[in-house]
Amino acid sequence: MKFLRRFFIRFSNLATGRSADQRLQEEIAEHLALQAEENMRAGMSPAEARRQAALKLGITQAIREHHHAEQSLPFIENLLFDLRYAVRMLLRSPGFSFIAIATIALGVGATTAIYSVIDATLLHPLPYPNPAELVCVVDDLPGVGAHRVGISVPEWRDLESSGIFQSVSITGTGANVNLTGSAQPLRLSFKQVMPNYFAVLGVGAQLGRTFDANDATPGYNLEVVISDGLWRREFGADPHILGKVLRLDNDEYHVVGVMPRGFRDQGSTSEEQNVELWLGAGFAGVPFPAPQRGTRLRSRAVIARLKPGLSIAAAQGHLNALVESLKKQYPGDYPPQTEWTIRLVPLSETVVGSVRQSLILLFGAVGLVLLISCVNVANLLLARASVRGREIAVRQALGAQKTRLIRQLLTESLLLFLLGGIAGSALLLCTQHLLLRLIPESLPHLNDISINWGVLGFAVAVSVAAGTIFGLTPAWITSGVDLIGTLRQEGRGSGGSRQRSRVRQILVISELALSLVLMVSAGLLLRSFWDLFAVQPGFNPDRVIAIQTWLPGPNDPNVDMYRTATQESVLVREILRRSRTLPGVEEAAIGDEASLPLGHRDPGGLPLIREGIETMENQAPVIDSPIVSPEYFHLLGMPLERGRLFSDEDLEDTPQVAIINQAAARTYWLNQDPLGKRVRLRLDTRGLPGSAKPAWTTIVGVIADARTESLADAAIPQIYRSVYQRSAKDLAIFLRGQLDPSTISTQVRTQVRSIDPTLPVFHAETLDEVLYTSLAVRRFSMEMVAFFAATALLLAGLGIYGTISYLVNEQRREIAIRLALGAQRGSILNMVLRRGLGMAAAGAGVGVAGALIVSHLMAGLLYGVSATDLPTFAGVTLVLTMVALAASSIPALRAMRLDPIATLHAE
Amino acid sequence: MVLKTLNVLGSQHGWGIARRIEQISGDLLAVNQGTLYPLLLRLEHEGSIASEWGVSENNRRARFYRLTAAGRKQLQTETREWEQIAAIIERFLNVKSEDLS
Repeated sequence: MKFLRRFFIRFSNLATGRSADQRLQEEIAEHLALQAEENMRAGMSPAEARRQAALKLGITQAIREHHHAEQSLPFIENLLFDLRYAVRMLLRSPGFSFIAIATIALGVGATTAIYSVIDATLLHPLPYPNPAELVCVVDDLPGVGAHRVGISVPEWRDLESSGIFQSVSITGTGANVNLTGSAQPLRLSFKQVMPNYFAVLGVGAQLGRTFDANDATPGYNLEVVISDGLWRREFGADPHILGKVLRLDNDEYHVVGVMPRGFRDQGSTSEEQNVELWLGAGFAGVPFPAPQRGTRLRSRAVIARLKPGLSIAAAQGHLNALVESLKKQYPGDYPPQTEWTIRLVPLSETVVGSVRQSLILLFGAVGLVLLISCVNVANLLLARASVRGREIAVRQALGAQKTRLIRQLLTESLLLFLLGGIAGSALLLCTQHLLLRLIPESLPHLNDISINWGVLGFAVAVSVAAGTIFGLTPAWITSGVDLIGTLRQEGRGSGGSRQRSRVRQILVISELALSLVLMVSAGLLLRSFWDLFAVQPGFNPDRVIAIQTWLPGPNDPNVDMYRTATQESVLVREILRRSRTLPGVEEAAIGDEASLPLGHRDPGGLPLIREGIETMENQAPVIDSPIVSPEYFHLLGMPLERGRLFSDEDLEDTPQVAIINQAAARTYWLNQDPLGKRVRLRLDTRGLPGSAKPAWTTIVGVIADARTESLADAAIPQIYRSVYQRSAKDLAIFLRGQLDPSTISTQVRTQVRSIDPTLPVFHAETLDEVLYTSLAVRRFSMEMVAFFAATALLLAGLGIYGTISYLVNEQRREIAIRLALGAQRGSILNMVLRRGLGMAAAGAGVGVAGALIVSHLMAGLLYGVSATDLPTFAGVTLVLTMVALAASSIPALRAMRLDPIATLHAE
Repeated sequence: MVLKTLNVLGSQHGWGIARRIEQISGDLLAVNQGTLYPLLLRLEHEGSIASEWGVSENNRRARFYRLTAAGRKQLQTETREWEQIAAIIERFLNVKSEDLS
């Protein structure tokens, strides 16, 4: 309290510049007069009385200083003095200041830019209250190599009542639905969720309500919650939207609530985060399968909120115990060989886990750039210190304390770094729109990336930290000058100490080493990217466009006009026939979304039950199973290896047939002939009468492997079925030919509408584009790291140039004497270049060691190139050496051309 | 000491306080009188004393310091604390070996 009062008064005195000096002087005069009178009364002479009085009072100047120190805040006052001086120093050498500030601005700006991305993704992955409690519940059957097999409704009930979670919610993984009844049928992203979904996330509606968690029905409860975006876009922010009926896939849903603006669904893709409709469902009745323990809800995600205070590890422990007891209780449903387990994964991990490594790599790279730019500035500060050596020495000779000098030098460097940080942030603010465009669209939370106060605070913190660390060293070395030596030497105009030049060399060597690390990383990423780009995908994406449509799937199968493959085949054949008549189209085929090469959502897979091997769905491995029309393989150029392709005669009422790829043949029928083998894929009961078991499907063909899932993965087992035998809702129309992407979409839409006006047509993309975007995150990180590496190389080149120039300058007397004594100019050149080469060699040595460590850490991001790729390492080292040579050749040439007479005269 | 002096004598100027402290201490505390002034300023900043210009006994302008209510309270607490410390030290100094056995 008292301390605060004192502080505030002193602070206000400081701020207003009020001084009590006048008052003190008056008081002292009065004091002296009184004391002198007293002394005279004691019998002293007036002169002696005054002398004694002054002696008794003490040194007036010291009292005044103390009094002043008490009156105001000396620390801040000194700081202001230092600042004023620092500003003056910066203005006095604008070239130095500009280069230093620009270097720091570059480093801090780039670091802050990457930090803003990390801030929005890794640091704030979930925009919900208490995100640490949110987990994703994953069921695995490691015994049969099946992962993410989904949960059954009785298991969900077990989890709900386990006491581990506040609540557990089964959700869809996001899919399409047709909104009809408005001017144009719209295809919207929707998600079926259990009514407690929003309770798990902890978010309420801005208008109306979310689902009532106690109001669960087995099937759909025909209520829908819509997003703020949809509400504003399609309904003009109608305040009376509640209770309105939406026709979704020909079913009628009542709007019960509108989510708040800024709310977005969790999910790893932007598509999932753009869900605009949430449908309440129980997942336990029509159209969902009956809730049996063995009936796993595939391609459904389970998210849950842990009880407060329960760690994930502890919850996992409880869960393992629960799993064990369930296995004992229902041995028939959980055969021991499947090794059923339930994993808890932090929800944030499922959202941003896929890009974590890339982002951390980027942050590391940009951190190195920052480090290099700081080292460069420290180097510049040291160079300037040699110029200011005399000033410092004089100040020290006049009695300045070493700590006081350090404080002043530190203030200068801090000012420099802060200005750099501010310049960097300003630059970032100006260019953020441009920069945002560089970021691939597939990055989660792209829209949340912004330069907010937290990010700016980070920039300031980084500048201050860097300024302190990299300002302290030069300040320490500068203030530690040898007083007499410097003053004597400076008189002759040359200066500098051994220690200082050694520190500078170390700084340059570390710069070179750091940039080598960056360049090696960039080189490896570039080679990986190149290899991936040049990889043979196994299919021919050339001149192919895919256009998607969505057949409505009403909840009551009996009103579904595309319920059976026979019903659907009429539509499919008609679409194909009309598409072929479009101008430029040479070939046309149809497949479901899973048949879209690359870039499609994780299709979830179906259990593969081989005749005579697996007897229960629970034990079966999971396989991707695209549904395609017979023309698909030819259109995409996927050659048949054995057997036959689908024909137009494979219909719903003829024996079911399937085609597998070589990977599937290798995986499931190793050393056997897969042709003629019979399998059963667990089928959605939707579309099947009653509980009829699906018929056996015979494998009739094997096609060559293609990288349709991921360019980096050589072959993932696939089993293809014909669209004429198996209906699919999520259709993609493939067209090959001389097509104009801008008009083909409209033409296809017109054709499809003329067949069925309720069908939406959307998302036309050439396969080349798909291929390209599937590499977007890789391309982004590669480009960024390459950019950082180039920056680092530039800075390191500047650093080595500066240091060699400095060394040459320091040695010019020596060089002049050598020349005067008859040294060859070539040997002088050699001498200087050797210096540069020596530093480059040392930097490369340290850098290669560092790069080896880093490249092993980023092995997961590499493709087709080993972490110790010799050509990359050798090439990068060569480039670095060349740059170092080039940078040191300028001062070397200058040294060579030195005029010995003029130099020695000047000295 | 400053507070106590002011408490006893009421409003007083700098020299008066210094003189009084010397007298009370029997000239044992003969520090430089000048050190008093920064201290007075500090006490004033802390709100324990207040000051104003006045006229001294020989009709000259002088700055007079007086105790404020807060200062009086502080004097009381500090007096109490000091007495406690003094009492404790006293007990230690007077302790004899037979007392502890």
